[in-house]
Amino acid sequence: MQKFVRPPLLVLMLAAAALPASAAPERIATLVAPFEIKGTDPTLSGDIFLKMSIVETLVNADSSGQPLPGLATNWSVSDNGRLWRFTLRPGVKFHDGSALSAESVVNALEVSRSKPGLLDKAPVTAIRAENGQVLITLSQPFTPLLSMLAENRAQILAPASYDNSHKVVQIIGSGPYRLTSLQAPQKLTVTRFHDYWGHAPAIEQASYMAVGRAETRALLAESGNADMVLNLDPASRSRLKNNRKIELMAVSIPRSVLLKVNAGHPLLNDARVRQALSMALDRQGIARAILRYPAAADQLFPPSVAQWHNPGLTPLVYQPQQAQALLEELGWKTGADGILQRNGQPFTLTLTTYPDRPELPLIAAAIQQQLRDVGIQLTINTTNSGEIAAKHHDGTLELALVARNFALTPDLLGTLLQDYAPQGGDWGAMNWSNATFNQTLADLVQGRNVAKSQTERQQLTRILQTELPAIPVAWYQQTAAVSKRLSGATLDPFERTFGLENMRWSE
Amino acid sequence: MIRILGYRLLQAGMVALLVGSLTFVLMRSLPGDIAWRIAAGRYGYDRVDASAASAVQQELGLDRPAWQALADWFIQLLHVNPGNSLVSGAPVMEEINHQLGQTLLLAAVALLLSLLLGPPLGILAGLAPGGKLDRLLLAISTSLRALPHFVLGLILVLIFALGLGWLPAAGYGEVQHVLLPALTLALGLAAVSSRVARNAMRQVTDSAWYQFGRTKGLTESQLFWQHGLRNVSVPLVTYLSVQFIYLIEGVIVVETLFAWPGIGHALVHAIFARDVPMIQGTALIMGLMFVLLNTLSDGLCYWLDPRRKNP
Repeated sequence: MQKFVRPPLLVLMLAAAALPASAAPERIATLVAPFEIKGTDPTLSGDIFLKMSIVETLVNADSSGQPLPGLATNWSVSDNGRLWRFTLRPGVKFHDGSALSAESVVNALEVSRSKPGLLDKAPVTAIRAENGQVLITLSQPFTPLLSMLAENRAQILAPASYDNSHKVVQIIGSGPYRLTSLQAPQKLTVTRFHDYWGHAPAIEQASYMAVGRAETRALLAESGNADMVLNLDPASRSRLKNNRKIELMAVSIPRSVLLKVNAGHPLLNDARVRQALSMALDRQGIARAILRYPAAADQLFPPSVAQWHNPGLTPLVYQPQQAQALLEELGWKTGADGILQRNGQPFTLTLTTYPDRPELPLIAAAIQQQLRDVGIQLTINTTNSGEIAAKHHDGTLELALVARNFALTPDLLGTLLQDYAPQGGDWGAMNWSNATFNQTLADLVQGRNVAKSQTERQQLTRILQTELPAIPVAWYQQTAAVSKRLSGATLDPFERTFGLENMRWSE
Repeated sequence: MIRILGYRLLQAGMVALLVGSLTFVLMRSLPGDIAWRIAAGRYGYDRVDASAASAVQQELGLDRPAWQALADWFIQLLHVNPGNSLVSGAPVMEEINHQLGQTLLLAAVALLLSLLLGPPLGILAGLAPGGKLDRLLLAISTSLRALPHFVLGLILVLIFALGLGWLPAAGYGEVQHVLLPALTLALGLAAVSSRVARNAMRQVTDSAWYQFGRTKGLTESQLFWQHGLRNVSVPLVTYLSVQFIYLIEGVIVVETLFAWPGIGHALVHAIFARDVPMIQGTALIMGLMFVLLNTLSDGLCYWLDPRRKNP
């Protein structure tokens, strides 16, 4: 009976089996990272457009965060530090064929300044065009300005990018690549811009894909479907290490896992308590077991941030006995339940963290155990990231575990100013203030004594290391799997660019 | 038939009402400040500060009473406009449009693949119950149905993308990108539809009227194509409507695993970012899709089964 049915069914099944088609078209460099494209507005997804070399900024940054000429070839600042004058690069064209002009730069920066970001926090009083130059007037000297102009939200778009209400309706940049398709939230494609002012990139076409799941990203790298995959999870890194078609890359980035401390809390207002907490942390163990790379932080800033990493500091190390001794000195005695007690009050605190970075709740659990070993009881509250800032503002935060990106601007000063200003910052100090620190930071921001700036930075890091308004735990690494079909790939510690224009096909 | 359609229309209205209100209430009752969460969704969490959060709150009027926001949403919905995304600012309809298209494509290919795989094999097994194929199929379909979508998806990626190199591991934009996610869904669907087809086929061949057809001199081929297939189809199509739940719930996992920019993926991201209109919009569309698919399968059964027209 079956023979009557079998032939047509077999045809159907064979048709289904024959569907697999050829691989993706060759010679399109495929870059994959977890960052979703939220829209055309630079405040939402500006980093992707900068990373894919579609847009440019007035100022660029080198791998140590030092300013480099971008769309501005040079700049000068007046003696009183309040007027910056930028000379624009000649012969720059936007992707719609229009020429870069001082007016178009002013327009882009004014739009950027009107939105939440960094430029709106700079003491800028006016931005204007004069004789083909861009002039920025400040109400007070402000050295992080260059760094803020290098940030993706200060990207320079052609006037045709904006509608009448200053909304960005299309991305018309001036970079070596122009946008050919944008399929938010996951994909965009670019092609080489032939009228680019700089050297012509070797790669003609590229695509960017946002892939949220780390396993999927790793599989894309392993299967050869992606040429460069960023943000690998520890398990995938271990597996990809043995793949001969892939080169694994890693760079230390200015992002640190830290314990944000409410220094105004009765249990935490003594710097010695914060030092004891710091001594109780086995950072090596946390880095090895959870992050799976040797990145225990012995100070706030990693060595990759040369200007801010201070090798002269006494490193933060794991000394649980000393931690206990220090707490004893401060009047804490171990109770019957193993928890420290003082005047009948147990040493218990709540640690708030968030799962946006999946390693944070794990690190929080390790910290909970390590502090328990010295007699401090932690309750972990894993909630959404906004809770930390909200609790900072209503004063109820005790401890928070956060992953802080110090490289919002290539010069860390911009971020430091937000986090460790006298009134504290959502992701930095809370109820902590140090007169010397404040004065030194203000001097550095205003550039009062450029010759002494490195000494001033060291002064700031020394105070942070001693007073511990934030207790460093680990440094982050950016990791990538790069197909050996590509050469010339590098990782930017400031995550401004994927470096597409410097890559080439190696076959 | 008109009664069925009227009933389904009423059901669609109820779905809109319930899904809209429930998602709204659930999202509002989550801990944490909604303005902070939306600002984090827009700018990235470590670029958010109090001023950005308060700007978001002002811009979106988040301090309005909750009932007012919900009432506004329903009024907008009456104008077929579920509002704008709180994160991107784009109209929800515009965002859903792109994503729904991708989901429908994925679901359609999955259904087609499952129909190509499940029922034909089930019918073959039903024609020889207890045979090798029947026993093998039982083992395979039980295993496939027991595997969660993400495990099945990963196994397929390991075989077809890493092992054989035939298909891309994830992504979208080319024809071949749809095959692995669709196959992940299809295998789970086919696992059950093959069993339903097998049992239906067996029931049909055992029936007196099928035997009568044989005695009156019809060939086996005529019997199957004229009397068997149509009768096997009714329970199959009825079962398909039940399977839509599996399909819709599977879409969320499969889209995330394969980086497929569909409506399930959008829903997950909207929940993280506390983007209430997007959540309401996507949940609503998924609910309505469910009603629509059920209506279609009811219609199909009505057309296939002559007994309903002549009771």
